[in-house]
Amino acid sequence: MPAQIIETNPTPFKELTIDPVTLDIIENALRNARIEMDATLVRTAMSPGIREQGDAFPLIADVAGKMIVGQFGSFIDGFLKQFDGTIEDGDMIFLSDPYSCDGAVSHSNDWLVMLPVFKDGRLIAYTAMFGHQSDIGGSVPGSMPIGASSIFEEGVRIPPVKIWKKGEYNDDLMKLVMHQTRKPDWCQADLNALIASCRVASKRIVEMAERFGDDVYVSATQELLARNHRAMKALLGQAVSEEKVSFEDYLCDDGKGFGPYKIKCTMWREGEKVILDFDGTDPQSAASINFLLNENMFKMFFGIYMIMVFDPQILFNDGFYDLIEVRIPEGSLLKPQFPAALSGRTHALGRIFDILGGLLGQGTPEFLNAAGFSSSPHLFYSGWDNREGKLTDGKPDWFQLFQIGFGGIPGRPLGDGPDGHSLWPGFTNVPNEFLERYFPLRIERYSTEPDSGGAGLHRGGNGIRMTYRFLADGEIAIHDDRWFVPPWGVNGGHPGKRARKVLERADGTTQIVGNKVEDVPVKEGDLLHFITWGGGGWGDPLERDPELIGLEIRQGLVTPQGARDYGVVVDDQGVVDEGATAALRDTMKSERGELALFDYGPGIEALREACEEETGLPAPIQPVWHQHMAEAAE
Amino acid sequence: MGYRLGVDVGGTFTDLLLFNDDDGSFWRHKTPSTPHDSSEGILNGVEAITAQAGVSASQIEFFLHGTTVATNAVLEGKGAKVGLIVTEGYRDIMQIARSFVPGGLAAWIVWPKPQPLAALEDTLEVPGRIGADGAEVRPLDEEAVRTALRKLKSQDIEALTVSLINAYVDGSHEVRIGEIAAEELPGIPVSLSHEVLPEMQEYERTLSTVANAAVRPVVSKYISNLRDRLEDEGLKGRLSLLRSDGGLMSSQKAEEHPVNILMSGPAGGVTGALWVGKNAGIKNILTLDVGGTSTDVALIEGLEPRRQRTTEVGHLSVRASALDVKTVGAGGGSIAHVPELTKALRVGPESAGAVPGPVAYNKGGELPTVTDANVVLGYLPEDLLGGSFKLDREGAKKAVQTIADALGIGLMEAARGIIDIVNENMFGALRMISVQQGYDPREFAVMGFGGAGPLHVNAVAKLMDSWPAVSPVSPGVLCALGDATTRMRTETARSFSKLARETSVSDLTALLDEMKQQTRSELISDGVPEADITSEFEVDIRYAGQAFEVPLTIDNDILNKDGIEGILARFDEEHRRLFTFNMDTPHEIVNLRAVALGQAPALPAAELEKGDGDPSAAKISDHKLWMDGAERDAVIYDRARLRQGDIIPGPAIITEMDSTTLVENGCVAEVDKVGNILINLEKEG
Repeated sequence: MPAQIIETNPTPFKELTIDPVTLDIIENALRNARIEMDATLVRTAMSPGIREQGDAFPLIADVAGKMIVGQFGSFIDGFLKQFDGTIEDGDMIFLSDPYSCDGAVSHSNDWLVMLPVFKDGRLIAYTAMFGHQSDIGGSVPGSMPIGASSIFEEGVRIPPVKIWKKGEYNDDLMKLVMHQTRKPDWCQADLNALIASCRVASKRIVEMAERFGDDVYVSATQELLARNHRAMKALLGQAVSEEKVSFEDYLCDDGKGFGPYKIKCTMWREGEKVILDFDGTDPQSAASINFLLNENMFKMFFGIYMIMVFDPQILFNDGFYDLIEVRIPEGSLLKPQFPAALSGRTHALGRIFDILGGLLGQGTPEFLNAAGFSSSPHLFYSGWDNREGKLTDGKPDWFQLFQIGFGGIPGRPLGDGPDGHSLWPGFTNVPNEFLERYFPLRIERYSTEPDSGGAGLHRGGNGIRMTYRFLADGEIAIHDDRWFVPPWGVNGGHPGKRARKVLERADGTTQIVGNKVEDVPVKEGDLLHFITWGGGGWGDPLERDPELIGLEIRQGLVTPQGARDYGVVVDDQGVVDEGATAALRDTMKSERGELALFDYGPGIEALREACEEETGLPAPIQPVWHQHMAEAAE
Repeated sequence: MGYRLGVDVGGTFTDLLLFNDDDGSFWRHKTPSTPHDSSEGILNGVEAITAQAGVSASQIEFFLHGTTVATNAVLEGKGAKVGLIVTEGYRDIMQIARSFVPGGLAAWIVWPKPQPLAALEDTLEVPGRIGADGAEVRPLDEEAVRTALRKLKSQDIEALTVSLINAYVDGSHEVRIGEIAAEELPGIPVSLSHEVLPEMQEYERTLSTVANAAVRPVVSKYISNLRDRLEDEGLKGRLSLLRSDGGLMSSQKAEEHPVNILMSGPAGGVTGALWVGKNAGIKNILTLDVGGTSTDVALIEGLEPRRQRTTEVGHLSVRASALDVKTVGAGGGSIAHVPELTKALRVGPESAGAVPGPVAYNKGGELPTVTDANVVLGYLPEDLLGGSFKLDREGAKKAVQTIADALGIGLMEAARGIIDIVNENMFGALRMISVQQGYDPREFAVMGFGGAGPLHVNAVAKLMDSWPAVSPVSPGVLCALGDATTRMRTETARSFSKLARETSVSDLTALLDEMKQQTRSELISDGVPEADITSEFEVDIRYAGQAFEVPLTIDNDILNKDGIEGILARFDEEHRRLFTFNMDTPHEIVNLRAVALGQAPALPAAELEKGDGDPSAAKISDHKLWMDGAERDAVIYDRARLRQGDIIPGPAIITEMDSTTLVENGCVAEVDKVGNILINLEKEG
């Protein structure tokens, strides 16, 4: 049964023609309101994940629930269809269960708050925001057990409930929820921050409606959607062919020794409609790397990529949704069946963007970017801080850290990929002095990893090597990917280097650790080298200016050995041997064949064979599915 | 007896304002800037303005100066070649920065890769480590330091910065490197991060220190050259520079800490607005400084401008106090366009700048700008600057017609659309600093200045419902006025980072006393008499774990009377005002700051001759302009001939040498006793 919207004022909004100037003014004001949501959140949230790293996403939607501003598209329409209850003035919806909202949030850590905005008895808008909670209970600190086999291990699951009901706060409910987490103080602060953000946006919307009139405001939102529809229609007609193009890429493993998992997408246009079909994607995993992909969210990703790649001037909203059809096979990695675990979904989420880039750029290589998404690499570190001088009333304090890392930005048509930067919008790193002050940690190294960016005319960005020295005994968990299947290069650019994790024990032994592990005990004095992937290269590396390579050697970004990938002979002072370079480049040119559009590296089988030797880890085993799951994914 | 000269060097013009300290009379002058050597333009101006006033340069006691020399050095990458010494393992600190890519999802595709302010090849690591508690984990490897310094020397660095991890807790390793640098790199200026900015967060501290080092030689050269040339002219008065936070600092201090003058330019307008506000009896002001390519806005409450702890220069955010000035890419030169795919009307951020400029200037500009729309609508009369310069209205019409055609609307509607959009952008910026900070704009006046501010201020006041709209005296040289009328200032900050319940009033007062002495002696060494110095203190509070601090002013009396609980109660109140909720979490005292201020000069504004309310003596001509959907009759007035108490009903235009004030339909302007034009809504009935 769909949600029942209760309005005390039955007058319908009048449809008015909006002049272009008013329309732009309202669009601008909505964008400002969205920026204000971000600002409010960051200032009042408390968990490092949100306040320092910005892991949260705002949305302002029209009266039907379509996103007018935001970045992940709107789930509200789908939510309303299946919410069995009323939506009334003074209500605020709270949820975190991905299976209750078609994957609008993709794991239970993302708490979502949605506020219907009423004015004079009529619903005029929705505001919503979700943010990653650092801990929501469950089997491990941080609540993202990579080894989970069902969502029940992943902490408290909140179906859509009313945190406020007609203006009345549901205190008992919130006590129950907060009782489930290891960090109720962070959760409470972050939830307050999400709520404050939605409220501030709702206030702005009401002010806007007062200024222009309710009918003008509502009509303007419809025209903004229509404007985007027209622009995207023209763009899709130009940029997407009626011929089918496919692209596939892999998740390296599932944390239980199996992998890689394939994600495949095929794109074509039928008339004005673009079809994106994930047929050929592997069935869901018994482990936690499943990603419940919301179709609307994927439409938005697709739209944003189209816009960024082809015409960054267009502002995006949900207006173009009916121009896109997304087909995701039931029971596949991207549409797992309840109660599949979702803790490790960040890898597939990241990989979706590389796939989009690969799909869109095929027809127009000059717009093509290399690959660079692993995921959001995570480190969890928790325990009791038993250092002298840190005890409270003689007892150690519990600490838990959840930190997001960054890798290399891919080589791009624009130029080199930045080293060690974020592919996610709004994310920043945490100052190491902050980590050292508030956690039993010393960060011994925080640098880019030389040669990790793929060689190319435009070099892929280097990944980061972060070396943690643990100052208290505890446990760590790691989520990362791109350790087995490298990020591909394009237009002649080489793949980027893969991620690695190395534990150097205080007792002098060294151990390669996997990229999806948990419950790894660490002792005071141990070192963890957390090394992320480099971005793929763009264009022919033999065309890159040798002097630039010389400079990057002096900068420590490339080594003399790495320079060979560019056909450059250079010493460790960055002095280029011009003659030798010319000769080497000639040889390399004559020996290589035609440059391929994509350079995926040696291929899965070759990667498997060399895995142990190159990565120090056993090769993942090809997953086999029960027949019924494989059929479900067909 | 005494004269003070305010000088503001902008991109196009150098503005001067000579002030007679005794009677408040003043002279103003505008002369073209000379970017190859700004002192040339300044001297031209000094000669002209002293001649105009009939005084000699030697009578000028104070030379007060706002400059963008430091800003430009950063923005144009023309700072010194800075060598950077960092802790082993942290060579890429400036390369990785905060890993932040501005923009939304997929914005990395179009974001250019930034080059760090200290080149990576000039950044070297040295072993040695201080822990977060200030204890030495590993000793400094002095041999490695010498090797690194020698390498930097061979790379011809011009300045050295040392920024080590946790130096904000213990700076001893930095100090030692500084000593070794004095031996190895004699003559090369050295900046230590714990001295420039003793605060947590390694990237921000390093960036601020590097920025300081990068602009230091440029600023130093600029100041000594200027000082020499002024002395040659017989001007031997004290030379001070305007800080980003709106105070003045001696030129010597500015040479040492140029990071404090990075936003000297925009600060001048705000301090000018303060002076105007004092004289006009207006205490709460939103400032609107409209230039050719951008607009700066700031908020003044109770004659105190809002300050912030960071200075934004280009994409860099440097930790140094600055007035909270927000900039939007909306100015007279902003270009209007209609993108093919969306058919939306966009104005800016692209700007026609000074060259080729708006179409109406006839300097080769072909794209329609905000100025062109103003000309088409009749808001900017064709004869500017007393007839010396004629605007090309026909050309402007042709350009704006392209917008009208693309949108399928009439010429005048398109022109007013451009104005509405640009006003809306200014409105957005003003909301950011008012409503979004919890201020009610209805309790503020809006003051428009800079070349085009008075043209837009009335319309923006309408949007904000902030009255009156003020066109101050000399809106075109308000920055120079601000330079001339503000006071000496210095400040110091310390990281405190303790839970409120774990500290005491005596802990705080001991530290504050020490900081007070430090700041006062700085001003004394700059020649400010001790009796003239006042001290102020601020404390930053937050709920432990938050990233955002609320600054609160305190002093010893308040502390002793209300105790720490009193401060915390004020914090809770402020937090509720900003974010609508409070929390049970313990409070953390994050930073302490001490400010020392010289005395503000008592500079009265000169009173205007009293009139009888009838402005017709100042009338230049009848005029037609397009407003509120129709062509309307208006009158053009000469500002120089207006008298105190004159009442001007809108629509009207008031022109002066370097600015034009527009009074909108349905509004009425009144000239106050010192010559400010205050515009209000016409009273109904």
